[in-house]
Order: sequence, then C-alpha cells, then structure tokens
Amino acid sequence: MVGAGTDADVAIIGAGVVGCAMARRFALEGARVAVIEAAPDILSGASKANSAILHTGFDAPPGSLELACMQDGYREYMEIRGAMNLPVLETGAMVAAWTAEEEARLPALLAQAHGNGVGDARIVTGAEALEREPQIAPSVRAALLVPREHLVDPWSAPLAYATQAKMLGARFLFNAPLSAARREGGIWHLQAGDTALTAASVVNCAGNQGDRIEALLLGRSRFEIRPRKGQFVVFDKASAALLRTILLPVPTERTKGVVLTRTIFGNLLVGPTAEEQEDRERPEVTRPELETLIAHAGRLVPGLAEMPVTAVYAGLRPASDRKEYRVHAEPEQGYFCAGGIRSTGLTAALGIARHVFGLWQGAGHAAAPPADPPVPVMPNLAEHLPRDWQAPGHDGIVCHCEMVTAREIRAALDSPLPPGDFGGLRRRTRCAMGRCQGFNCLARLSSMADDRLSRPIAAEAGA
Amino acid sequence: MSGQIWDVAIIGGGPAGLGAAAELRRLGVARVVVLERFETAGGIPRHCGHPPFGLREFRRVLTGPAYAARLVEAAEAAGAEIRTRTSVTAIRPGGILELATTDGPQELRARRILLATGNRETTRAQSLVPGMRPVGVMNTAALQSFLYEEGRAPFARPVVIGSELVALSALLSCRRHGIRPAAMVETRPRVQTRRAFGLLPRLFGVPLHCGAEILGIEGRGRVSGVRLRLADGTEHRIGCDGVIFSGRFTPEAALARASGLALDAGTQGPRIDAEGRSSDPLVFVAGNVLHPVETAGYCWDEGRRMARRIAADLAGSLAAEAPRPALAPGPGLRYVVPQALVPGRAVTLNLRAEGRVRGRLVLAGPEGREYAAASVNAAPETPLRLDVPALADLPAELHLRLDREG
Ligand SMILES: Cc1cc2nc3c(=O)[nH]c(=O)nc-3n(C[C@H](O)[C@H](O)[C@H](O)COP(=O)(O)OP(=O)(O)OC[C@H]3O[C@@H](n4cnc5c(N)ncnc54)[C@H](O)[C@@H]3O)c2cc1C
Ligand SMILES: Cc1cc2nc3c(=O)[nH]c(=O)nc-3n(C[C@H](O)[C@H](O)[C@H](O)COP(=O)(O)OP(=O)(O)OC[C@H]3O[C@@H](n4cnc5c(N)ncnc54)[C@H](O)[C@@H]3O)c2cc1C
Repeated sequence: MVGAGTDADVAIIGAGVVGCAMARRFALEGARVAVIEAAPDILSGASKANSAILHTGFDAPPGSLELACMQDGYREYMEIRGAMNLPVLETGAMVAAWTAEEEARLPALLAQAHGNGVGDARIVTGAEALEREPQIAPSVRAALLVPREHLVDPWSAPLAYATQAKMLGARFLFNAPLSAARREGGIWHLQAGDTALTAASVVNCAGNQGDRIEALLLGRSRFEIRPRKGQFVVFDKASAALLRTILLPVPTERTKGVVLTRTIFGNLLVGPTAEEQEDRERPEVTRPELETLIAHAGRLVPGLAEMPVTAVYAGLRPASDRKEYRVHAEPEQGYFCAGGIRSTGLTAALGIARHVFGLWQGAGHAAAPPADPPVPVMPNLAEHLPRDWQAPGHDGIVCHCEMVTAREIRAALDSPLPPGDFGGLRRRTRCAMGRCQGFNCLARLSSMADDRLSRPIAAEAGA
Repeated sequence: MSGQIWDVAIIGGGPAGLGAAAELRRLGVARVVVLERFETAGGIPRHCGHPPFGLREFRRVLTGPAYAARLVEAAEAAGAEIRTRTSVTAIRPGGILELATTDGPQELRARRILLATGNRETTRAQSLVPGMRPVGVMNTAALQSFLYEEGRAPFARPVVIGSELVALSALLSCRRHGIRPAAMVETRPRVQTRRAFGLLPRLFGVPLHCGAEILGIEGRGRVSGVRLRLADGTEHRIGCDGVIFSGRFTPEAALARASGLALDAGTQGPRIDAEGRSSDPLVFVAGNVLHPVETAGYCWDEGRRMARRIAADLAGSLAAEAPRPALAPGPGLRYVVPQALVPGRAVTLNLRAEGRVRGRLVLAGPEGREYAAASVNAAPETPLRLDVPALADLPAELHLRLDREG
C-alpha cells in the first residue's frame, strides 16, 4: 500500500458532480478519500447549473471516451437509483427539424445514434411529432426520437454519491481551496485552505480550474480551460403541461444548441446558450440573451408566450482547447485528471469515476472494498413522485411555491453532508427556488438555517 | 374528506379574505371557512411593522401586525372558522378544493369559493436583471419579514430598486432598524409616487437615481455591488451588501392559473365579471390577486363587496351569468377590473394607465356612444376609477378610452 503514512490514499480536488462520483467510487473500492473543495458546499461550480438530462450518448463522438463514460454512467445510475431513491422522469427526446436543411441532416444523426448503440432511436414524421407533442409549433417537419433520453435531479444525484462516500469514511473539506502542493518521497503535501494534508495520489476534478490545478501540481498543464457559458430561463410550473418530450435542435458543429425541456421539479426550461468567456468564476445572466431564449421558446411552443418566468440562471461549462474529455494520468507522480468535462458530466460522472479508478488501479494501487457498503436514501424532490408535504407530520410548509416542509429543511441541515450556504440548502430542498424567489420564505429560512451555514443568508452584523 | 359542505370557502386570509369572512357571517351565511397557508392569518400586513393601517376599517391608525390581528379577531368573532397552515393546491370544478395540511393532503367542498390570494412583488429573475445571482437580493416583503417577524436585519447597506410607495416603506423600515440604504434606483424616468413622497429619499440622505439602467448585480457569495448606467449615460458602481427589489406588483395567481381559471393579460390575475365571478361561476375573486396593488383598506372593502355578491348568489338573486360584454382597455391603459359587465349591475371600474395621466376616461359603445366618463389627473401607478351606472341594455362590445390632455 502506497498510502501508508498519509492522511489519504487519494485527495480529490473539487466537489462538482465529477468529484462527488469520484469520491464515491474510490471509497466504495476501499480507498481512504479526502475531498478538497474551495466553495462552502458541493456543486458550487459547473455542476450547479445544467439542463439535467441523462443522455444516451446518441450524438456523442463515436468511439470516444466521452461516449463510453456516458453510457457507463447512464447504466450505473439506473442500477443504483432504486436503492438511493433517485428519480428519473422518462421523457424521451426529439431532435426536431424545422427546416428542409435540418431535416436532411436527420438520417446522418440516426446513423450516428445507431452506431453509438442507441438502437431504439428512430425518425418520426412531422405529424407523428405533433401527435406526441400537440403544443409545439406545427411547422415541425420531422424529428429524431430518442426514447431513453431522460431527466434527473441534477443535485440529489451527486449529493447521494458524496453522501455515500462520506458514510464510507471520506473526509470532506470545504472553504478549502488547494493553494499549494509539493510531492516529496512519493507523497503529496497539500495546502487546502487552513488545512495541510498528505495524500499518495490526487485526482484533479477542478472543473473550470482544472488546467490551473494541473499546473499547480505538475508545474505545467496539458490542457487549457476555455469556459463556455450557458444561460437558462425557467418558466412557471403551469408550463410543464405544455411539453412532455425533451425538445432538442439539430446540433451544429459547435454546440448541442438550445433545449426546451421540463425539469424533474415540474417546471419547463429553455437554454443553454453557448458563450465563450475568459472569466472562470462569473456565470452572469444577461438580458438580451435571456430575451432571445424566451422568444425562442415562444416560437417552439406558442403557449409559452404569456408564461411568467420563475428563474434565470447561468452555468460555465469547463470546456477546453479540445472537444474531448481531458482524462489522463501521470502514475509516477500520483496524478490523475478528469478535466474538461464540459457538457455531459452529469450523465458521465459515474462512468468517469470508474474509468479513473481503473487508471489508478492500473498504476499498481490497490485497496480492499468494504463488504455491504451503506447506501444513502435520498429525500425525493421530483414533482411526479410523492413529496414530503404529502406525508403527515411535516410540521408545516415553509416554501409555498415549491412546497418545501419544515421537516425537509431540518433534515437537510441535519444530514451527513449539510449545506454550507444558501445555494446548498436550495439545491437540497428546493426552498426559494420557486416563483416568488423567497418573497414569502426567505426570512424564515434565514432564521432556521443561518447558524448552520458557513455563509449565512443574512449578512453578519457589522460585516 | 371531512364530509361537511361549507357555504363559502375563502382562499387566503389577508385583508380581502378576512373582510369577506366577517361580512358573509354578518349577512347570515352559516358556514364560512378561511384557508390560510401561513401559521397566522392577516396577509401581507402581518409583517408591515409600520402604520398607517386600519383607518377605513377600524377608524384608527394601526401598525400592520396590530391591524392583521384585528382583522382575524373580527372574522372569528363573527363566527368564521380560520384554518391556518392550510394551503390550497387546486380548485376543481364544482366547488372542490384540494388542500395541503400538516396532516397531509385533504379535500374540502363548498357551495361558493372566494379566491383572495393577494399579490407579490416582481422578482429580480422575472425582471431579467443581469449579473451574478448572489445572496442578499430580495423583495421588500422579505425584508419586512426579516425585520418585523424574525427580528433581525438581512443586511446593513442595501440598494433599493423602485420608487413606488412600497419602496418608501422599505426606506422607512430600513431607517427604523439602523440599515442605511446606499442608493435608491428607479429604472423608469420618474419617481413612481407623488412628488411629496419623492422627497423622502433626499430627506434621509439616500441618493436617488431615476432613469437608470441596471447593468449588473455583482458578488459571488454575497452581493457586493450594483453597476448602473445613469440617465446621463455615465456608468457607476454602488457598493452594497443587499439589493431590495420593490414594487412592480403581480397577482399571486399561481393557483388560479394551475386550476385553469381564465387570466387577464393586463393584470395577470383572474378575469372577473361585474359580479366578481371568475370563469368558474362558483369562484369569486377579491383583493390584490385581481389587480397589481391597492391598499389593504381597499382590498378589505373589496372583500366585503364580494361577500355581498356571494351571499346574493347563494340566495339565488344574482344576475344570470350571460351575456357578459368584455371590456377592452384602449391604448395607454394597462388594465381594467372587472373585465366584463353584467346587465343591470352598477360597478366602479378599477383601471390603471401607463405613466402619469391627465385627461378624460371614457367607456364607449360601438357608435361612439358614451356610457360613462370621468376626468382624471393622477401620478404614475395610481389606480383610476370610473363609475358605470346600472345599464339594462349592454352592447356586445365596449371600449375604454383615455383621451390625454397636454
Ligand atoms: C449550461 C450547461 C448545461 C449542461 N447540461 C448537461 C446535461 O443536460 N446533462 C449532462 O450530463 N451534463 C450537462 N452539463 C455538463 C455538466 O454540468 C458538467 O460536465 C459537470 O458539471 C462538470 O462537473 P465537474 O465536477 O467537472 O466541474 P465543477 O462542477 O465545476 O466542479 C469543479 C469544482 O472544483 C472546485 N475547485 C476549483 N478550484 C479549486 C481549488 N483550487 N481547490 C479546491 N477546489 C477547487 C470548484 O469550486 C468546483 O466545485 C451541462 C453543463 C452546463 C454548464
Ligand atoms: C412589502 C409590502 C408592503 C406593503 N405595505 C402596505 C401598506 O403600508 N399599506 C397598505 O395599505 N398596503 C400595503 N401593501 C399592499 C398589500 O398587499 C395590501 O395591503 C393587502 O395586504 C392586500 O390584501 P389581500 O387580502 O388582497 O392579499 P394579502 O394580504 O397578500 O393576503 C393573501 C393571503 O392569501 C394567502 N394565500 C395565498 N395563496 C394561498 C393558497 N394557495 N392557499 C392558502 N392561502 C393562500 C397568503 O398567505 C396571504 O396570507 C404592501 C405590500 C407589500 C408586499
């Protein structure tokens, strides 16, 4: 065992969905894990803002690691979701063609889907598409139907991975940016916030900082992160009745394009945009782009024209100077990297974690998997499944727009991986995520949660 | 299902709902229940720690919480039942309500329903305000709830966005709690209240910027500033630890929308006829869910008026539903409530215009015949009223027109 005499066998840098899945995999395999996260909570980077689609990989580059990880990730998610109580909303997706040119590209997409092993994908006529989705604009000409593209809860799933890791003994350090590192005698000496720790190996899951972390650790980086912003608009819950299937555009070279989809929480969202930007930390929303998204949604589904907006948000994809994932290892340095996981990481995370664990094992590391690992059972937040407010004894609803109960808030605060900030509380419970955005509940939430958050809702007096 | 059928179930225990409850009982309607989702009834005034409330209702000046408590007392004393921590999740045809209670979901049946769910301020998200999305951005109601319900301050130096009356109550509340607003920002060209009120910010030493554009909210964890382009074209950054989005009220119409009641494009609330009926004839509507914002006293009174219509309907003496000529607000008018007249029913129309108004408000028929008219002179965001007499013969179409002067 290389790890003897260290604080951890593996230090995972970054607790986005990739880092959370990584922590779970290594912990399940018996490694001693430490997770180092700069933010006060998990999912504070790219992973806090995505479209929440569980992809089949039908349009992924054939033969790529990305495709393999997505399909592995998909499979494992389906395997573990029952025991962990993680939801899936089985919607299917339609790549809709609105012009003759787009229609002409569908056969090639179909061939790619079949080639990628998504055998149930098929082309449907405009009439069939309309029969399936009567509310979409009647000008639809044809569509590629991909039945197994589904929706998930993008926060409960990674939280479940991290929680399982934690239950298996993984150590999580928050507010702990990795700021210095040196390798001595085959051991990493890491400075993470106020904490110094040692580890035999590191796994770089630092998302939009991935290249810089690689440079910090190795003195140089094989890749360069080029963040790509995606903005979204979430419509009022009433809009979810207008669409069942995920509506995708015919993709271009550069992007998967703007999606119109329900969310598992019972809303409808449109996005993301694809905007290159230098800044790695500022996913700002901008009015013209939001207005364009709203107009676009109204053209695809005319019934959305009058629909109130519930929320807007933006996320930064950790894209790099190349299209593919930047997954590699320098085994003699005890360095492993899962970088550049730009737009499919939610789906692929479990697969990426298996792959990187394989690299680690291949480098001669070994660990003894614990028998009967504990499995966390996650609270359900999906709208199509029973919610806590429907069960007696919940001690009242705190957030009325999203029907979040006092019991749910307390459970989140008392959970093995409690929220570190308000965003974390929102992602764990959906409080203040609804149409009033805290008009009714913010003050109450602050009283319930502030003394438990490392970054409270109310500014500290005199701050 | 509890088995019993209520005469009237009132959704929302604010001034409108509570006013209606007391009035219904006074008129002899036997079984009246108010369903309120919060722990305490009273509506928005519960957390408006400032006066003046209650002049119209109780002929004295009260703070919001004291006023809310009086409304609850009055409804209970009159014999209405108030069920708190009871959220209505759906209105089904035939007077059936689906409820969320601490004991789980329940159903309730009533012969008539009054929808009085109030309104709220437009959120930062709804206004598509650009920038980061840090903690510390909230509506006035959340601020008041921090100060008056939870007894704590959410920030020390916020920027106040908006200049409607509620923005001034935000200023007053801040001042009383030692919070010093860094600036007050109105994106429209002028202050949205009467001039006298517009002087308040200056009096408090709070810089006021009208006609400013919000370029971005800054801050990663907590809000740290607001970037503005002022009316003169210059760009500024104002440091702050909070942002209050005030006013731009919008009806709390989620329940109405989800239940399939017809909504009005102008108000975003349910459409009603001159009897107060929505597109479901068993469902009446009152209070600020009908119109962006009126005072508590107005809503209370409106609740009482609707109570009288409901009592009449239960007694079988309400005018038949059809025909209901729809009212269309003309150019420069944002909305009109009610949205349809009923033959033989006199009604005061509640309207709002774009910006400041001076001129003549006219209700006209097909051949230009004037059915009602009034001269108006009002500040922006001020409700306008037009009295329409009881008309036995109503044309199929009626138009509302604003003839502006100057
Ligand atoms: C707009 C958009 C839409 C998307 N839609 C989908 C979808 O529908 N389906 C899907 O499967 N995928 C989707 N994705 C992709 C998915 O969200 C990303 O691939 C995934 O979130 C990347 O996760 P990550 O863990 O690599 O990065 P991140 O989530 O960014 O995690 C990196 C973490 O590292 C931390 N960190 C950085 N520097 C340091 C340091 N010095 N020390 C310690 N910690 C540090 C950060 O704080 C952060 O928490 C979408 C992405 C975007 C942006
Ligand atoms: C910050 C702020 C300050 C204000 N200050 C003043 C002021 O100083 N003076 C003034 O006159 N007016 C003020 N107002 C305006 C205020 O809205 C009205 O005075 C008045 O409260 C409106 O009465 P209402 O009964 O229509 O609605 P509300 O008072 O809003 O009451 C509606 C009630 O319905 C309940 N409800 C909603 N949906 C449901 C549901 N589905 N199930 C069960 N219950 C539900 C709500 O919880 C609420 O209690 C202010 C408003 C705000 C937001």
